[in-house]
Amino acid sequence: MSLLRRLSRSPEGQAGLVLLGLLVLAALLAPVLFPDDPLSIAGPALLRPFADPAFPLGTDRLGRDVLAGLFHGARASLAVGLAAAAVALVAGAVVGTLAGFAGGLVDETLMRVVDAFQTVPGFLLALAFVSVTGASLPVVIFAIALGAWTGPARLARAEVLSIRERDYVAAACVIGMRPLEIALREVLPNALPPVLALSAVIVANAVLIESALSFLGLGDPNIVTWGSMIAEGRNMLRTAPFLSIVPGIGLVATVLGVYLLAEGFSDALARRRSRA
Amino acid sequence: MNRAFRLLRRRAISSIPVLLIVVVGAFLLLEAAPGDAVDAYLLSIGGGDPALVQALRESYGLDQSLPARLSLYLSALARLDLGWSVTFGRPILDLILERLPNTLWLMGSAVALAFTLGSALGIIAGARPGSVRDRLLSTGSLALYAVPSFWLGLVLILVFAVQLRWFPTSGIATIASGKQGIARALDIAHHLVLPVCSLGFIYLALFLRMMRAGMAEAWRQDYALAARAKGLARRRIVLRHVARNALLPLVTMLGLQAASMLGGSVVVESVFAVPGFGRLAQEAVAGRDAPLLTGIILVSAVIVILINLAVDIAYGILDPRVGASEGRAA
Repeated sequence: MSLLRRLSRSPEGQAGLVLLGLLVLAALLAPVLFPDDPLSIAGPALLRPFADPAFPLGTDRLGRDVLAGLFHGARASLAVGLAAAAVALVAGAVVGTLAGFAGGLVDETLMRVVDAFQTVPGFLLALAFVSVTGASLPVVIFAIALGAWTGPARLARAEVLSIRERDYVAAACVIGMRPLEIALREVLPNALPPVLALSAVIVANAVLIESALSFLGLGDPNIVTWGSMIAEGRNMLRTAPFLSIVPGIGLVATVLGVYLLAEGFSDALARRRSRA
Repeated sequence: MNRAFRLLRRRAISSIPVLLIVVVGAFLLLEAAPGDAVDAYLLSIGGGDPALVQALRESYGLDQSLPARLSLYLSALARLDLGWSVTFGRPILDLILERLPNTLWLMGSAVALAFTLGSALGIIAGARPGSVRDRLLSTGSLALYAVPSFWLGLVLILVFAVQLRWFPTSGIATIASGKQGIARALDIAHHLVLPVCSLGFIYLALFLRMMRAGMAEAWRQDYALAARAKGLARRRIVLRHVARNALLPLVTMLGLQAASMLGGSVVVESVFAVPGFGRLAQEAVAGRDAPLLTGIILVSAVIVILINLAVDIAYGILDPRVGASEGRAA
């Protein structure tokens, strides 16, 4: 609680909290404010923003409400970003903990796999995976996680290597806990905090990769995303530039909000440490 | 130099198992894709009878077990045979080598822009941590860092190509302009300005932030204090002592970001219709060309490994301490 108060005292943290708060609100309110399918035709085509009070941000070339798309897009971006980051963090933390705790050949093998994943561009990997399995929401989430789990794995391993020498691990050995049990119940929880600090970067990256995938037409075709809106608007870039600019601002606001929050968090942590 | 060479050799050898894992992964991806090369071939010639299918599968070894197919795949790779692209009707390696130079120009220019401008602005910001200039640059770079490259590309097209008409909207060179020599090079450079900016700005922001953070750290070190105690001019302290030590992590970052930059070029090339490596990946996806896609993944892994080896060499030259001790942390 005190961390949250300290977070709200730094200007970056405040800005991040406000931005993300608004986005979460938009995501939660989307089905209430815009109960109709945002992909359905709602009015005349290519209405300019602010021209018709019924469509404050105008309509696209099929007459779909841009504001409704923006709200529903926030839902998709946040959901995919958070889910992909969660999968990547859990997978990375488990692999890293196992590698660090097992040591020897297991460690060596797992870390070479991590190296291999890091030499392949994460975006290309996601692109290939989605195109082979077919685009749907779970596939996109998994594809993004596929390129994002290596960072957490490395970090978790490094943490474990320093933690496994501590006394409480020796104590767990002495009372006869099995190695896997020690790894998951004693070491993993202690290795977690720095891994979580990495999560902001992973969430922001996941949001960006999701938008790039749907920009290239590899997102789930049944839901509105900011990336697919930008791709749609791109065809009308000369005549109706607002169609691609508006959803892009949503994207920038999301990623910026996550970064600002992370910045505020690290400030707050640093201040707590300097006071202690 | 001898020590640096030994270090390099060890790094090169240690990347062999990594590459092998990538190859096996690429093979599994190829296997997971629906259909195989014979299906694709039959589709392109308009179908064939079951006897032909059987004969083709046998002649290509596609009727064999998974490990046997993997060894066939490996031996083909050893002969630098990446397979055949049905979408283009050409060998995959030829296609990739034809497109690669455009991407390398794009990436190289983006790195050059990001590194020089990013570190220069980072030095300006880090010269006086907490100053107005520092706060402006830090906030600005954070905002820039949050902008997705493909959207930035569209905004740049809108402003500089559609409105101001300073730069072309797409392509790598004016079609059928007949330009040769320097005129052609200038034409390509003119086409590359906007793509390079949309790919490079995010790394510019990254380098600026790293440089700034590194300098803030360096100011707290004893050698900075010693330099101030000696009464050196501030400019000299900033450039010779503080910035110099903050520069090394940026070189490491270059290697770490190589993969992400290669991925970023896929989107940027698609926005600007640059006929490069990344656009080839998008065309492979559109044509459901799994062999081409896996070939692209393999080649990009090789590129990333080579870039990292180059970064190791650069690091060895820049930092005399590297390679001095034989024991290296994994």
